[in-house]
Amino acid sequence: MNSIQQLFQQKDKNLLSIFFTAGFPKLEDTTAIISELSANGVDFIEVGLPYSDPLADGPTIQHSSSVALQNGMNLDVVFEQLQSIKETNKTPLVLMGYVNQLIKYGEDKFCQQVKDCGIDTVIIPDLPMVEYENHYQALFKKYGITNVFLITPHTSEERIRKIDSLTEAFIYVVASSSITGIKGEISQQQIDYFERINTMNLQSKLIVGFGISDQKTFATACQYANGAIIGSAFIKALDKEGVGGIGDFVNFVKS
Amino acid sequence: MKYNPDKNGYYGQFGGAFIPELLHPNVQELEDNYTDIIESESFQKEYKNLLKDYVGRPSPLYFAKRLSNKYGVNIYLKREDLNHTGAHKVNNTIGQILIAKRLGKTKIIAETGAGQHGVATATVCALMDLECVVFMGEKDIQRQAPNVARMKMLGAKVVPATSGSKTLKDATNEAIRYWIQNPDTYYLIGSVVGPHPYPDMVARLQAIISEEMKWQLKEHTGKENPDTIIACVGGGSNAAGAFYHYLDDEEVELIAVEAAGLGVDSGESAATSQLGEVGVIHGSKTILMQDEYGQIVEPYSISAGLDYPGVGPLHAFLFDEKRAKFMNATDKEALNAAYELTRLEGIIPALESAHALAVLPKMKFEKDQTIVINLSGRGDKDLETYIKHLK
Repeated sequence: MNSIQQLFQQKDKNLLSIFFTAGFPKLEDTTAIISELSANGVDFIEVGLPYSDPLADGPTIQHSSSVALQNGMNLDVVFEQLQSIKETNKTPLVLMGYVNQLIKYGEDKFCQQVKDCGIDTVIIPDLPMVEYENHYQALFKKYGITNVFLITPHTSEERIRKIDSLTEAFIYVVASSSITGIKGEISQQQIDYFERINTMNLQSKLIVGFGISDQKTFATACQYANGAIIGSAFIKALDKEGVGGIGDFVNFVKS
Repeated sequence: MKYNPDKNGYYGQFGGAFIPELLHPNVQELEDNYTDIIESESFQKEYKNLLKDYVGRPSPLYFAKRLSNKYGVNIYLKREDLNHTGAHKVNNTIGQILIAKRLGKTKIIAETGAGQHGVATATVCALMDLECVVFMGEKDIQRQAPNVARMKMLGAKVVPATSGSKTLKDATNEAIRYWIQNPDTYYLIGSVVGPHPYPDMVARLQAIISEEMKWQLKEHTGKENPDTIIACVGGGSNAAGAFYHYLDDEEVELIAVEAAGLGVDSGESAATSQLGEVGVIHGSKTILMQDEYGQIVEPYSISAGLDYPGVGPLHAFLFDEKRAKFMNATDKEALNAAYELTRLEGIIPALESAHALAVLPKMKFEKDQTIVINLSGRGDKDLETYIKHLK
């Protein structure tokens, strides 16, 4: 059983996940951000590996990525940081990066490092299902790593069922046809889409992301899914208030 | 054909479709339909008619006598510079706009580097009365001002890409991001890059270049095949078109010329095959310029159309298989080649095409050899650069 499945055994409603970019705002902030998020009861944490050309990300995450890279963040540094808290951190971590990072770093080396950090779940938004099945599924399995797939309002039922069958952690339900951090509220159209997914009786847990920014959108998303992910809104708050403001942000969302 | 992609869009290890799930329906729709559309009689008729009456094809194959004398070899220039809008780019935009229409799309987006593809897209959108948005790097907007003005006059909206190096790579990123948010739009990619089926689709639409070269050469020389074909490569669409019908004729030497910028090892270069390694850019597995952690490196070339850190997957495969020989030319060599062609033949080439000409002094020829150089575009858009460096 992976770390996310264990989490779902203890709790499967109103799960709050926070995404942040490793190395932002400061290179050394990674471990402090994780420990603050944990201390404030965030259920699992997505650690973004900053990338030069993040196609699926909006301006806020793009900006955090480029600052992180300027700060000197790279895969060796982030893996070292994450390994340093392997024993103390109890909150499941999910790594999010782009497929080119994995290819260039070395696919086996990347997976070994992920495993050595005690991490077993990754999200690679530009790794489509067919490439995963043909080239990565066996590799990931060898290292005990599971991949999270995204579904969108335009994903066909057939494809959702296939994704469901490949899913071991959760399905990332993209709230709208959007890159991250654009939309600010949840529309009736989105609710219809969430309801449609719910009537499919999938075996996988569902976590909603994209456009979740505050207490209201988080609560709405949680009515239709097991939890939700906040990314851009958190990064904006982090940029403004620093690591010290994390508690306030998390408590506001959960209140 | 050995050089056609497989069903997942792979040329050997290169290609594929590394796209976010958000783009899956769009790319799938195109993949399901593009070959049927292109091979249909109605498409072929409309495409060929427009190429003839609107673009002005066939583009001449011109025997460049004075240039030939200088290098002691028979040099033919494939005059893509004489096409409507001034470059080969329009072959592709005519084809894709007809595909977009058949898919029922009403809004077109495109990326552009030098502005040639942007102009060619804005042109066909005006022709077909479709809405057009072109993404262009902020830096390229400055250095290619005439093309920006042309796009605007044609009714396109030009959106500056302000991320990264503010050039072609970033314009492509912004176009893809826009496409993700607006899945009802048709993304009209300008080169043999991007997720499958774009590289194959664009290569097929540019293949008209080599299709004509075959019969034109036969008229000139009695033989369909030259000894050598030379074309510049950024993403690689003009080279793909010039090579396409010769790929299986292994006796024809194919030379792809990349932009070396200030020199391959100067740190200011766009010679992807020399500096790049395997990776994924803009949805395709190929060779790209990147650091040890897979961060994409900013390329440099005086030519906005070659200033790209990757190369199409077909070209990566041709490089890997050694089917094509990859050479390069610096900014300075390209400028000199442009001045030389202008003085010898009265033709001002685009800076991109000047890179293809610039390898002539580096090559050894036998006297009766036949060379075709794909003169992909005209130099009007580069006059400011040419004037500046002429002093």
